[in-house]
Amino acid sequence: MKISIRGVRGSIPTTSPETAHYGGNTSCSVVQEDGCMLVLDGGSGMQKFNLLQDTAVKRVDILLTHLHLDHILGLGFFNPFFDPSMDVHIWGPRSRMSSLHSRLSRYLSPPLFPVLLRDLPCKLTLHDIENSSFDIGPFHIESRYVIHPGPTVGFRVQGKHSVFTYIPDHEPMLGAKEFPADKRWISGIDLAQGADLLLHDSQYSSLEYEYRRGWGHSSMDHAAKFAGLAGVKHLLLAHHDPSHSDTDLDDLLADLKKRNNYSFNYELAAEGMVIELP
Amino acid sequence: MPAYPIEIILNRQLADCLSMPVFITDTEGHLIFYNEPAEKLLGTRFEETGEMNVETWGTIFKQKDEAGKELPPGELPLVKTLRDRYPYHKTFWIESMQGKSERISVTSYPIIGRAGTFLGAVAIFWEAKDV
Repeated sequence: MKISIRGVRGSIPTTSPETAHYGGNTSCSVVQEDGCMLVLDGGSGMQKFNLLQDTAVKRVDILLTHLHLDHILGLGFFNPFFDPSMDVHIWGPRSRMSSLHSRLSRYLSPPLFPVLLRDLPCKLTLHDIENSSFDIGPFHIESRYVIHPGPTVGFRVQGKHSVFTYIPDHEPMLGAKEFPADKRWISGIDLAQGADLLLHDSQYSSLEYEYRRGWGHSSMDHAAKFAGLAGVKHLLLAHHDPSHSDTDLDDLLADLKKRNNYSFNYELAAEGMVIELP
Repeated sequence: MPAYPIEIILNRQLADCLSMPVFITDTEGHLIFYNEPAEKLLGTRFEETGEMNVETWGTIFKQKDEAGKELPPGELPLVKTLRDRYPYHKTFWIESMQGKSERISVTSYPIIGRAGTFLGAVAIFWEAKDV
């Protein structure tokens, strides 16, 4: 399983020399195995790859964790949408109030975007998901609602030999003083249990989190504790706050490492990173 | 064992922050969480008892109406909520196993999750007040 990290910034794209190392594009990762391609979230990181260069790929599946703008911003610039020979599937969380099509159309329609969703030339299929299990090519995927404002899911992607868990926006500590000893009470834990790789929200420092409770995100400490409780092998800390420079992020990680001795590998997610799982 | 749905987890996290006794049950009525103020009513600590099946925790209190007559379980708000998946409210007397009587008001509501699925119920106990 090959995982390409295309966007790791939270909330809004940032462009400056101070964020060039970890990257300024918002959430997007690509998972590939046996010629099958999943795109996890459609943030601004999505614009960076030209799928049409690979003529063998005729189907692509986009899995959206939720519909906040930083996770769908790149959709309008995803070139397979404009290729009539492409079969594009979008999977996103169900809302009781309106369909995925209706909610996505709020962005992909004038005045926010010049092209209507229904006018895209590709063959487009939308799937409303909730706490769901489904298969795409060699992948078995589990989606579960996780704590974040609005309908939001995380994904557990099981490939032939490994598991990648993707929870870029998540506040499991909302209203809690500490993680409960009984893991059944931890949001998202089933998705991450024993994963080979977990990409998880770590937007804030511990101090920043105190002022942003309820905004739907985690501190680096929370993300690392969550990964430890889930028994993951490798943690990618992601959804970097747009106000954090590369130096800030390095300092936060150094501080986390100084105070903790986790047995698993953990590092900051960076745009352009490619990870191969066995 | 799979994790609880986030709608249940969020109810617990809310209950943890409240100073009113709150009880959370699964769809069968098994008590899966009670907060610190509820521990005082039950006379037990959640950390010690853990979850309680409906047969155990259903016998901790004796319920009586305003006239002192024993209330059948089917008239209790939480039992009605579990049966009908609808909110209920009632004021009545409870007598704990220690023989202490208290007049309380109970409000119960069902937890219907994002997917429209019935996931459990919550009961909030209040010291009764005539208004």
